[in-house]
Amino acid sequence: MSEKIEKHTISIVVDNEAGVLARVIGLFSGRGYNIESLTVAETDRERNISRITIVTSGTPMVIEQIKAQLGRLVPVHRVGDLTVEGPHVERELALVKVAGTGEARVESLRIADIFRARVVDSTERSFIFELTGSTSKLDAFINLMRPLGLVEVSRTGVVAISRGPEPM
Amino acid sequence: MSRDRTEDKPHDEQRHSGAEIIIRALADQGVEVVFGYPGGAVLPIYDALFQQNNIRHVLVRQEGGAVHAAEGYARSTGRPGVVLVTSGPGATNAVTGLADALMDSIPIVCLTGQVATHMIGNDAFQECDTSGITRPCTKHNYLVKDPERLAVTLHEAFYVATNGRPGPVVIDLPKDIQVAEAPYVAPENVEHRTYRPRVRGDYAAIQEAVSLMAHARKPVFYTGGGVINSGPEASQLLRELVRKSGFPITSTLMGLGAYPASDRQFLGMLGMHGTYEANMAMHDCDVMICVGARFDDRVTGRLDAFSPGSKKIHIDIDPSSINKNVAVDVPIVGDVAHVLREMIEAYDASPVKPSAEDLAPWWADIARWRSRNCLAFEQKGDVIKPQYALKRLQELTRERGDVYFTTEVGQHQMWAAQFLEFEEPNHWMTSGGLGTMGYGLPAAMGVQVAHPDALVIDVAGEASTMMNIQEMSTLLQYRLPVKVFILNNRYMGMVRQWQELLHGGRYSESYMDSLPDFVKLAEAFGAVGLRAEKLGDLDDVIREMIETPKAVIADIAIDMKENVYPMVPSGAAHNEMIFGPEDKGESTATVTDEGMALV
Repeated sequence: MSEKIEKHTISIVVDNEAGVLARVIGLFSGRGYNIESLTVAETDRERNISRITIVTSGTPMVIEQIKAQLGRLVPVHRVGDLTVEGPHVERELALVKVAGTGEARVESLRIADIFRARVVDSTERSFIFELTGSTSKLDAFINLMRPLGLVEVSRTGVVAISRGPEPM
Repeated sequence: MSRDRTEDKPHDEQRHSGAEIIIRALADQGVEVVFGYPGGAVLPIYDALFQQNNIRHVLVRQEGGAVHAAEGYARSTGRPGVVLVTSGPGATNAVTGLADALMDSIPIVCLTGQVATHMIGNDAFQECDTSGITRPCTKHNYLVKDPERLAVTLHEAFYVATNGRPGPVVIDLPKDIQVAEAPYVAPENVEHRTYRPRVRGDYAAIQEAVSLMAHARKPVFYTGGGVINSGPEASQLLRELVRKSGFPITSTLMGLGAYPASDRQFLGMLGMHGTYEANMAMHDCDVMICVGARFDDRVTGRLDAFSPGSKKIHIDIDPSSINKNVAVDVPIVGDVAHVLREMIEAYDASPVKPSAEDLAPWWADIARWRSRNCLAFEQKGDVIKPQYALKRLQELTRERGDVYFTTEVGQHQMWAAQFLEFEEPNHWMTSGGLGTMGYGLPAAMGVQVAHPDALVIDVAGEASTMMNIQEMSTLLQYRLPVKVFILNNRYMGMVRQWQELLHGGRYSESYMDSLPDFVKLAEAFGAVGLRAEKLGDLDDVIREMIETPKAVIADIAIDMKENVYPMVPSGAAHNEMIFGPEDKGESTATVTDEGMALV
């Protein structure tokens, strides 16, 4: 079997009960798997369902093992590997704080416009930009902001969903 | 609580205290005995226990003993073992047993007390984060915060512990939940929301497996604890398929007894201290049929050299066992009994099958490996060889049908696996995955509780025995006539063996100084102590041990320098073995520096 390291986006539908996130994270740390990004939120209040999205990396054997290990956690309804189950959309949101005056301040605004970032807070000396897109788009934007007075960044991590009319 | 209450309609409007609900749920789950130790945070449950007669309680002497006793009970009966301990230290003492049960897939329901819900997180007296601590060493755990959920949670816990791959489940019970009132919900009204393990194997995969078997010329069955966990029917079906096919079969430590050891198709245990013929057959086979085993490192040796030429079929109820260590060709996720039943049908229907002539060259290879007589030892002089002691123990107990063996962990455990012969499942209890010293004595206690008239023997080492020796007191309290058969070499023998092989014979801290006089120790507990110091004493001591109708410690002084052979040293391939001094051939393995880094 191939030893090549692959990156996979995995969606986990779970019962929204106490400790469920700890179970998932504990599984990753306890068995030495990588977490590159993790997001979690309730998605169906009535049915008490949450969805966890994890971007992880490993050899194909390790990825299969991760899915099998997730699948046997008792509160897990379904584990989907979006990377292999057909086309899907991935998005991440970032809030980026940039401080500066003069030309740098104007330049940050110009770049934000190109990236379709929104200004959600503004003072005389700073902006907070809200930007949505792929991880690489966010990375590119943040790198451009660095010389223009980047102060701090908060990112959500990746959320993802399969394309087309069917659920995962 | 009286029996008639359990016959109420399922959703009765009556309200009961949490403690009553707990006892009633246990009774409705068919629980007959609970192993436990009281404390502040479980007093309401102990009070409810006191006021009923359906469920017995066995008071252990330390909570660790309670979990191992429940494991012994579960493994010898096939029913879940139940534990009741208090919060804080009660729960943390139980952790080793829970981890042990998780590794060996033993169904346990462990009730732990907890401080009242409003105190949780305040560092209250005897508080610990039980659900946090036990999360990675249980199959699942619960913290009950709503009295209305109590009955449902208890029933779910039994369902989770016993369905799919069995394992330990903890229910953490805050004290206020034990006294709050709520309605009772009967088990038949509880269905789990998410957990539905698959028991039926994929039929196409079963067909593919049978087709591989049909064309095999050098096949071998490799079977494990999953056969035993699947229930007695799985062992019967395994025997049927093995006999029908005429294939050789080997077993892991955990699977001994699923196939009769005396049968000529049985090659003995495989792995690090398995037989030469079993390991060679595994290495050279063309089709491997793995049934309820998990390619543990003690079985595979160096992974890149594991059975390089074989097609591998793997039956396991846990999808995460498939392709975890070894990539297999035909995975079948399902319960062993279900899959074997369909496999036998498919095999019967198969137009081609290997004939006896087809398999004759393979059996000739096996006969050659067998003739090496890899377990040979020589009993000479007055000093008792451990292998000889076990051989005599086997011979002198053979006539009795109801003999159960447990072990501690170490050299004696491996010798027991090599020299005792198991003919039936559920008669052999040993800590395989976690390797917990101190397991055998409390496990034997649990076995004896389940089988009061059976002969239950804990094959022990002197070092392991000391780890849970306090349970001798429990044996006496409940008149449990467990026999502790100590192979006493005054060393942590397996540690000493590895130090001899890997660390230049520097026996760092492995000598057991200041051991107690085990005969006097037995007597101090009110049990019977026996000692065999030389060969001439051995048979008499074994006979007296068997005939004594109460707990016995038999202290057998054995050769201090004896090692367990054959051995696949860590880091070696599974066909590379070191042999004992009686072996006439050459060792095929060398101890390497890389191996030193492995456990």
